[in-house]
Amino acid sequence: MHIPDGYLSPETCAVMGTAMVPVLAVATKKVNETFDKKDIPIMAIGSAFAFTIMMFNVPVPGGTTAHAVGATLLAIALGPWGASISLTIALLIQSLFFGDGGILALGANSFNMAFLAPFVGYGIYVLSQKLKINKVISSAVGAYIGINAAALAAAIELGLQPILFHAADGRALYFPYGLNQSIPAMMLAHLTVAGLVEAGITGLVVYYLMRVGEDNLLYRLSYRLRGEAK
Amino acid sequence: MKKLFIIAAIIILLTPIGLLAPGSAWGEWGIDEIKSMVGYVPSGMKHFSDTVKALLPDYSIPSFDKNFLQLSIGYILSAVVGIGIIMVVFFVLSKTMGKSEEKNE
Repeated sequence: MHIPDGYLSPETCAVMGTAMVPVLAVATKKVNETFDKKDIPIMAIGSAFAFTIMMFNVPVPGGTTAHAVGATLLAIALGPWGASISLTIALLIQSLFFGDGGILALGANSFNMAFLAPFVGYGIYVLSQKLKINKVISSAVGAYIGINAAALAAAIELGLQPILFHAADGRALYFPYGLNQSIPAMMLAHLTVAGLVEAGITGLVVYYLMRVGEDNLLYRLSYRLRGEAK
Repeated sequence: MKKLFIIAAIIILLTPIGLLAPGSAWGEWGIDEIKSMVGYVPSGMKHFSDTVKALLPDYSIPSFDKNFLQLSIGYILSAVVGIGIIMVVFFVLSKTMGKSEEKNE
């Protein structure tokens, strides 16, 4: 889901980058208000976890690969704003040092994986909790929908390129496949495999921490973030 | 905390499993792959690809990517380097982010 450079027009990159500015600004403000200095290392662990989990490519139908992100798990542990910062930093390091995802495309990649994925996943999680669904299932369902929301956004960003940006002879200037190809390909990969991996990892970690009585570790920050006592 | 380090080490050592998945991710092809797929390299794509020269491109050590063992070593090194850089970034950020602890005790 890491869009490389050259795939999106500079205009698209600028729009997506601009969209991430207020997100990161609010996220920084929220973290500064809610987190103590001693909580920041937990954000670092979350970021490192997401970085590593994204290295586990899984084969998907059609002979391509996809990967989990860990976005919803981070959002449950750090709150969605904290998760947004942690994931953005993981994506920044991936693009700068490992050529995974473009630097110009960092805004788009962050929007998909560090904004949509954690916020959608967290929203579903909170909603499910309100419906008294248990935490493991809530987190897994949130993770599944969160990563698929990100995949859909990436597919739309890519698929719009040949429609919006092409040369006089009709040749694409950037990504060559339209929405009719990008959406089915991305959604097939994430609805069938990557989404389930994301849901499985998220559910398992939540289950494990509850089982060993360490779920406070998972909820300490996000409870505070929501202003709940504990 | 010790448990966390053990789990982290296991996850890092397992990362080469990700190498076993065949093919590249949809929409993350190299320029050559694009050319063979659509018959031409979109001009804008050619222009903006390689904006950044990665230290460990595709989580591998340049020219140390001939077989699975070499790729695995590159992958594990990449995980260690990546996590290390993330820790440094957050160490720097922690100087500015977050409130100082409430003066308890």
